[in-house]
Amino acid sequence: MSNNVPANKYNKYKLIGKNYTTPDLYAKVTGRSKYAEDYRADGMLFCKLLLSPMPHARVRSIDARAALAMPGVKAILTADELPPPADSINDNGTVILANKRGDRGLTREPLYQGDPILAVAAVDEVTAADAIEKIRLDLEPLPFVVDPLVSLRPGGPNARTDGNVWVRGAQPPATPGRPPAVVPPDVAVLKWTEADFAEAKEGRLPMGKATDEWTVGDLEAGFKDAALVMDETFVTPNSSHQCLETRTAMAYWQNGKVFVHSGAQSTAQAVPAIARWLGISPDNVVFISEYTGGGFGSKITGAISLIIPALLAKKTNMPVMMRISREEEHYIGRGRPGFHGRMKVGFSKEGRITALDMFVICDNGPYDQVGDAASSGRIVSLLYQPLAMRWRAVTVLTNTPPRSAQSSPGGMQGIALMEPLMAKAARKLGIDQVAIRRINAPEGKAKFGPLIAGKQAYATSAFLKEALDRGSEMFKWDERKALPKRSGTTARGVGVSSSCYVGGSIGFDGLFVIKPDGRLYIQSGIGNLGTESVHDVHRVVAELVGVPWEKCEITWGNSAKNLPWACPSGGSQTTHAMTRAAHAVAMDARKKLQEIAARDLGGKPDDYEVANERVVRKGGGPGMSLAQAAKRAIQLGGIYDGHELPKDINKFTVASATALAGQGLLAVAKDSYPRDGVTHSYVATFAEVEVDLETGQYRIVDFLAYADVGTVIHPNALGGQILGRSILGIGHAIGQKWVYDQHYGLPVAKRFHHTKPPTILDIPQKMQWAAVGIPDPETPIGARGIGEPPVGGGCAAILNALSDALGDEVFRRAPVNADTILASLEAGRPMQEPLTAHI
Amino acid sequence: MAVIHDVMPAFELFQPPTVDDAVRLLGQYREDAWVMAGGLDTFDWLKDRIKRPKVVVDLSQVRELSGIREANGGLEIGATTTLTEVVRHPVIRGKYGILSTGAEAAASPQIRNQGTIGGNVSQDTRCWYYRAGWPCYRAGGNTCFADTPTAINREHAILGADRCVAVNPSDSAPALIALDAKFVIRTPKGERVVDAEDYFIGPGTDITRMNILRPGDLLTAIRLPADWAGAKFYFEKVRDRNVWDFPLMNVASAMVITGGKIERIRLAVNAAAARPLRLAAVEDAVRGKEPNAATGEIAGRLAVQGARPLRFNAYKIPLMRNLVKRAIGGVEQAAWA
Repeated sequence: MSNNVPANKYNKYKLIGKNYTTPDLYAKVTGRSKYAEDYRADGMLFCKLLLSPMPHARVRSIDARAALAMPGVKAILTADELPPPADSINDNGTVILANKRGDRGLTREPLYQGDPILAVAAVDEVTAADAIEKIRLDLEPLPFVVDPLVSLRPGGPNARTDGNVWVRGAQPPATPGRPPAVVPPDVAVLKWTEADFAEAKEGRLPMGKATDEWTVGDLEAGFKDAALVMDETFVTPNSSHQCLETRTAMAYWQNGKVFVHSGAQSTAQAVPAIARWLGISPDNVVFISEYTGGGFGSKITGAISLIIPALLAKKTNMPVMMRISREEEHYIGRGRPGFHGRMKVGFSKEGRITALDMFVICDNGPYDQVGDAASSGRIVSLLYQPLAMRWRAVTVLTNTPPRSAQSSPGGMQGIALMEPLMAKAARKLGIDQVAIRRINAPEGKAKFGPLIAGKQAYATSAFLKEALDRGSEMFKWDERKALPKRSGTTARGVGVSSSCYVGGSIGFDGLFVIKPDGRLYIQSGIGNLGTESVHDVHRVVAELVGVPWEKCEITWGNSAKNLPWACPSGGSQTTHAMTRAAHAVAMDARKKLQEIAARDLGGKPDDYEVANERVVRKGGGPGMSLAQAAKRAIQLGGIYDGHELPKDINKFTVASATALAGQGLLAVAKDSYPRDGVTHSYVATFAEVEVDLETGQYRIVDFLAYADVGTVIHPNALGGQILGRSILGIGHAIGQKWVYDQHYGLPVAKRFHHTKPPTILDIPQKMQWAAVGIPDPETPIGARGIGEPPVGGGCAAILNALSDALGDEVFRRAPVNADTILASLEAGRPMQEPLTAHI
Repeated sequence: MAVIHDVMPAFELFQPPTVDDAVRLLGQYREDAWVMAGGLDTFDWLKDRIKRPKVVVDLSQVRELSGIREANGGLEIGATTTLTEVVRHPVIRGKYGILSTGAEAAASPQIRNQGTIGGNVSQDTRCWYYRAGWPCYRAGGNTCFADTPTAINREHAILGADRCVAVNPSDSAPALIALDAKFVIRTPKGERVVDAEDYFIGPGTDITRMNILRPGDLLTAIRLPADWAGAKFYFEKVRDRNVWDFPLMNVASAMVITGGKIERIRLAVNAAAARPLRLAAVEDAVRGKEPNAATGEIAGRLAVQGARPLRFNAYKIPLMRNLVKRAIGGVEQAAWA
């Protein structure tokens, strides 16, 4: 067990919780790992995109004659040639109706600068780019808006011709005997009144009509009982995902099947998505993605832009590579929606939250609705356990790049709105910062969110109080908070934050074969996006089947290689969902091994146990090796070698298991374990900053993230996730953002040195992590995911350390940079424009 | 015609082996030629397809342009000497430390390995409107997009604006001005040597250029005179990120202190205006005074006289004031540091 995970009574495993070398490590550190851009195919063409120069326009006409006449130019693809948006069906059989207003990859009505209008395929990139320049586009400029508040003003422009906000779609009449379809949201026009905007002059967020809201408890009574009521406006940044691997894709067709090389957060789940986008059967999709250079929510099932090379490949009957540049990635690579938030919070004199009234405006961009606003309410509700709460939200369309989930979608923003207020409240009430978070922290089956059929949802478990306690001890919080805050021209501050996010889903499949060579051949449908869960979860199989890790071979990254249905690695699902599936399939193997042993050696299956690469009679006696059992499984056939399959596994897994049948003992199972509650993980984060009061520059001198993730599977990977995602969150506090000129509706910050993701020299000088290590009671191995929670935690700990150093009158939005600090210190009040988006 | 900001368009590439050959090519192609040293500024422009030279003259093969030599008791630095070489050179570290520090503040290790000292001082402004191809004054148009009521200009000029509010982004330039460096230029008419501060020009002189180089001219070397070797130096760069970021502002000073008083001083800031500013009035005001916080305060206040903030860059006034103060009086360190 790693030093970062204190030894405890739950630690009973040989492999689980131990560090090891992942099968992809050498390829990654030697550069032999192949990403989509590294592939070449005979006769491969390259394509380039023509991006909209305007924030909103209609394409009147496209004249590509001069481009198509150029030597080496092979084809052009426009939005007219795209398949129509198609419905999908989820694992429960529920139909999800297509959103006709979603991003389709190419468009005739560009809705932001950078929206792709067409693509040109040519023999090389120079020719394709030169051809793009020869195309004559006739664009009709349309009204545009890049600031959600501007769109909500009376008479403000709408980002789409049919409106400016997402609202719930009307439910069509249900088909008898089938679950009701999931309908896409609808677009409506929402304008607030001049009276609504009166408060904006004071820098307070106006709160007009919301499009969505819920209330739990008696809000009015909660405020009446409060010893302190605070009302704070805060603004969080929009931020690109900035995956180091852009959404490059290469595609070709063979015998009616499309082969696509691209990055994705799930190998398995990219297949039906690509099929739906292309309007073909999933059987005709082969998706290859051994390595993905980061996703963070922007490549959940791959990126829809991959259909561009796929359709051009079909049109030209040649392979087509689409390399996406960093500037293009800024446009189509997805981003986190910024929030304008206003929180009115009542506290008892002990610091307990009696009432919480939350209002958020989510800057959605022009396409598919993001769920950030809704999840922000649920996460704030879980994390602070208010006695009464109201959540109100508006998700506003803007002519800015499309958003998608980004690590802790909505959670990060909700926490960034709430945490500076918590820090300020603690100072006003004279309560310790750790104590105020502890008194409000969730515990056990903590309830959260809106009432659904009269009841709130609840967590599977929560050990945040333990994380706060152990973290404050490890960080020496009490000692540090007592240290002097000013010396010379330096100010010092310490901050703590609480954070949580969803940490797991259920219901996926595991699949492996024990072959007659005695080795385990484990199939992984998980995406390999750098988290290592693609391999880590299978340590559970080795552990439970009693096989050394060296005798396990993992196949991953190519949907033609018979992979099982797996969760997408988003929302921190994988470690939880796929250790469950691994447990289920390991138990299936053990059962089959016991049955084979009983059949050949006598007795009942229960008389046998599986350990040390053998199945043996309990208490000594006859047994057989896994190699022998594998041979017997082939002889027996039926369920033992995969010729008969369980009825509940996904059809994707059925196809894979069928292909693998007959090669040994085939273990396959769906995770159908019960779960009481909704799985979440938690983190308590601590930071110390030093601010130069004469320049406004600051540095993070110390940092600790203490996580509650249940059982630890792979300490090194966990540490990488906790610290890496903390840095993602820190980026939102220290500099990452989008910048727009509102008059023209155009971005001025498109490069890394403009959008300022944190560099290696910006991360804390000292950075540590640790995990509580108490298993979650609602999952067999006890492990939960951790990708998301450190993001809000990292951001908020820095903001709180800054306000500890500088006081409460310096910043009212993130990120916080030298300009804000210096100008506000100079003026003695917050000097940054309080509400303008994208500055 | 549609616009694409990707893939360098074709051009004719020359890689001359000598300065004479390079100068001849530049003389031959004049406005059609683009001088490329390390390529950091160049490739951005070319890959964005915004600057479209017919001819690129790549200086990478001109060996006589690279290297650091002792000359006249001082140093001569070839224009294509990399920033990394400048940072690491023992004599620069020992006697002209301010240049080492300034050069090391530029960009990132990878960029400093490729970027040259000549390129660092000659690079174009990073105004994000201009660099994105907006048709502004500097690009030959008739407006400044960064100086409008809605413009986003936190990184722009507070001094010396004249229609254009772009700033010079060089980190080595103020150090070179503080060291009284001389810039050696080969022109079609022969060699010309100018003071560092005279190499740079503001929009009032020519709104489309950042320095005095005209088509056909080539910066060949930068000379550090012996006068300021071993002086008391101060350099500081303030930026949003600790690596790979341009300055919000930087400051450089060289002082000779005699009997506890400032006998001689040279002081410059950059990213405050379209050219790095030598603060001669401040130098005059503090000469003969003690280099302490009180003198620094006077200097700081004097330095920002006439500064005019834009919508988002008012912070640059206290920043410049404080940086100038520190460049003279030093930093009051934290007791716990």
